[in-house]
Order: sequence, then structure tokens, then C-alpha cells
Amino acid sequence: MHQFVKKTVLALALASVSFGASAHRGWMLPSTTFVEKEEAWVTIDGAVSEGLFDFDHVPLRMENVTVTDPGGATAAAPGAVQGKLRTTLDLRLPRDGTYRIALVSENVVGSYQLGGETRRVRGTPASVAKDIPAAATELQTSTTHSRMETFVSANKLSRDALKPSGKGLELVPVTHPNDLRAGEPARLRFQLDGKPLANFPFSLVPGGVKYRGTIGEIRLVTDASGEASFTLPAPNRYWLSARFPVEQDKGPGEPGARRYAYSATLEVLPE
Amino acid sequence: MKLSHTLALTLPLASGWAMAADLSVTFQLPKMKVAEYHKPYVAIWIEKADGGVASTLAVLYDVKKKDEGGEKWLKDLRTWWRKAGRDLDMPIDGVSGATKAVGSHSMEFANATGDLPAGKYKLVVEASREAGGRELVRLPFTLPAKGKLAAKAAGKEELGAVSIAIQ
Repeated sequence: MHQFVKKTVLALALASVSFGASAHRGWMLPSTTFVEKEEAWVTIDGAVSEGLFDFDHVPLRMENVTVTDPGGATAAAPGAVQGKLRTTLDLRLPRDGTYRIALVSENVVGSYQLGGETRRVRGTPASVAKDIPAAATELQTSTTHSRMETFVSANKLSRDALKPSGKGLELVPVTHPNDLRAGEPARLRFQLDGKPLANFPFSLVPGGVKYRGTIGEIRLVTDASGEASFTLPAPNRYWLSARFPVEQDKGPGEPGARRYAYSATLEVLPE
Repeated sequence: MKLSHTLALTLPLASGWAMAADLSVTFQLPKMKVAEYHKPYVAIWIEKADGGVASTLAVLYDVKKKDEGGEKWLKDLRTWWRKAGRDLDMPIDGVSGATKAVGSHSMEFANATGDLPAGKYKLVVEASREAGGRELVRLPFTLPAKGKLAAKAAGKEELGAVSIAIQ
């Protein structure tokens, strides 16, 4: 029995290392990505789940969601309601055009020595700076910058909300993210701190894994100019994800390391 | 009922009254055994090789609905809407027409191809039914059409046989 448990645990551990697909994913899913109505609203569901776009694990914390409006102005979007399995944010789209909904976070983990004792610290860059006493020595921290996004448009497409911030790992849509059609060519760019990422791999997973049993992950790589061109095979909601550096272990990074993660939910419509 | 149907058929002709029709399109709206049936909205247009719309020939919808209420559902003709409809100001004389009943319908268009540059085109018929599906049928043709050109295809659900003749 003991032997069996050990083996199972080992198998599970291996599985989680080798198959990124079985990991929990965080995502925000808009009720629609293009609203054609005078009074436009969308509902954004957020969850961390095992099955893609299923509410099967825990709600996504969405207190810090920001919305960039068609004019390019970014503001906090309070009012997310956290449920047991998902969080929901109702969003009115008062102006015609494209909105970017983003959840950006920067997390620091680290340790320091104080009075011969090692202490651990974690939080945002600001909270960590505050938590570390002045007398601390041998301070070591690593930082993870992550950005999770989705895009919605009301009545027309616009581009001001799509401009990248120049900080961290970012997707720069060349083809408008709310005008992705199955069978038509699409083009995306990736950049790190404003610089194009050449030969950078990312992947797209279509929703509904539960109903087809296979992940169906589409792996793509940017070219020398940091752009990737591809044709999506079928209409669906897709979860796009990328991280930098590309090869990284689970758990806290090496002291001083900076890691970046990017993910987005994109809707691909039939023609 | 029969009268309005005949009237609708003649409407698209009215604008090109003096000219002979150079393009005729025949399309079939299949009979369906469904719990809720509404006559489909239909758009017929000529598509350029790059996928853009060369010209919209017909948009059949609820033109009589009060306060142009029928236009609200034109966006369900999604492909046409995205490529042309969204930017058009409906109704359009000689293009807007009433929905058609189950059956085979022929529409004739005057000078539909005469002003188009030589090249490859597609005649597209898109049908979208409330509480139903949406389907497109494309018929490729090349201009100038030497002599009399005819082509046909068929949909699977929302559209039956579709054929065109150019002269």
C-alpha cells in the first residue's frame, strides 16, 4: 500500500512537471467580445481552474482589475463579486470602441537575515520593502511580473486601448484581438519591457477540453521581428499563454531572478 | 400573401428598369420541420478576390417592421454585416427587400458585373434565421464572363441549391 501511494505521488508529481496542460490556469472570460447594442455591457468571469473555462476550482481574485477604455485611459474597475467557484465583474461599455481588461501583478518572494535568523518575506514590491527591517542583511528576493488580459469591443473596433505599457511581458496585437476569424490569417507580437521578443514560443489552447478529451494546444513561435503569423483552425475561446524566461522551474526563482508571465483569453469567431 | 411575394420579386428590378439584367441568382430556402420557424434574412453580394465586398446586391429582411426595427437583426447576417453591412445606411433602394418564403427564388440584377474590373469574384448568398442557423454559399466566377456563365452549388442547412447565370 505504502509503495503504491509513493508511486502514485511520484507519478502525479511527474505529470505536473511534464504536462503543463494539467496545471491550474487562471483566466478571465468575457460573456462576449463584441457587443453591438446601444447600451453595451459585458460580464467577465474569472477563475482558476483545472478544465479550461470551467468553474471547477477557485475564483480568481479580481480586486485589482483595470480597464483601459477606447480613449486609452486606464482606471480601476471595482465591484467584482467573488463567488465560491468564480468571480464575476459586470462592466458597462459607455463608449464605442475597444476596451482592454487587465489583471497585472508583481509578486516578490525572498529572505533576509536578522539576528542570526533567516526570515522569509513575500508580497508586492512596496509591501516587501516595508516589511524588511533596516537592520536586515543578506537580502535575497525574486520577482514575478504577470499580466492577464482580455479584450472587448462595443459597436466598433479601435486601437488606443491596445497600446502596450512597455513594462513586462506583453502581447501587442497586430491583427485586432476582437477581429480574429477562423481560417483567416492573424498576426501577434510579443515584447519584453518594450523590446520585441524574437523566436519566442507561446501557445493557444481552445476552450472545451472537457468535451473533446484532448488538449489541442497550438504551439507557435515569433519570428526574428517578434511577430507570429498563423491561421486559427476553428472558432472558439482560446487561452493564450507565454512566459519569460521560457525554461523555468516551478516554485520561487533564483535570488535576484525576474520572471514574467502573460496570458489572455481571445475569442475566435466564424467568418 | 401571394401578392406581396410577387411584389418583392419585382422590387430589385425596379432600379434597373431600363437596363437588361446581366446577373441572375436563384436560391432555394429549404422547408424545415422545426419548432420555431422564421423566414431567414438573406444577403446576396459579390465578393472580391481579397475577401472584400465589391457590391451588395440584395438584403432581404423585415423591411416593413415599425421604426426600421428589422434592421436590428441585420447583424445576424454576420459575414455580410462585418464586411459591408455595418457601414451601410439601410434601407437601400433596389437592395433592401422583404424576406422570402420557403421555396426557390430567382432575382435578377441589372448591370451587376458590368462595372467590375476583370478578375476573380464570388457570388455569396448568406442566410440567417432567427432561432436557427446561418449559412453561406459561395459561387466563384471570373470576369469578364465570356458568353453565358452559369454555376451552381448548394448549402447544407439554411440554404438549398444556389445558382447564378451571367450574360
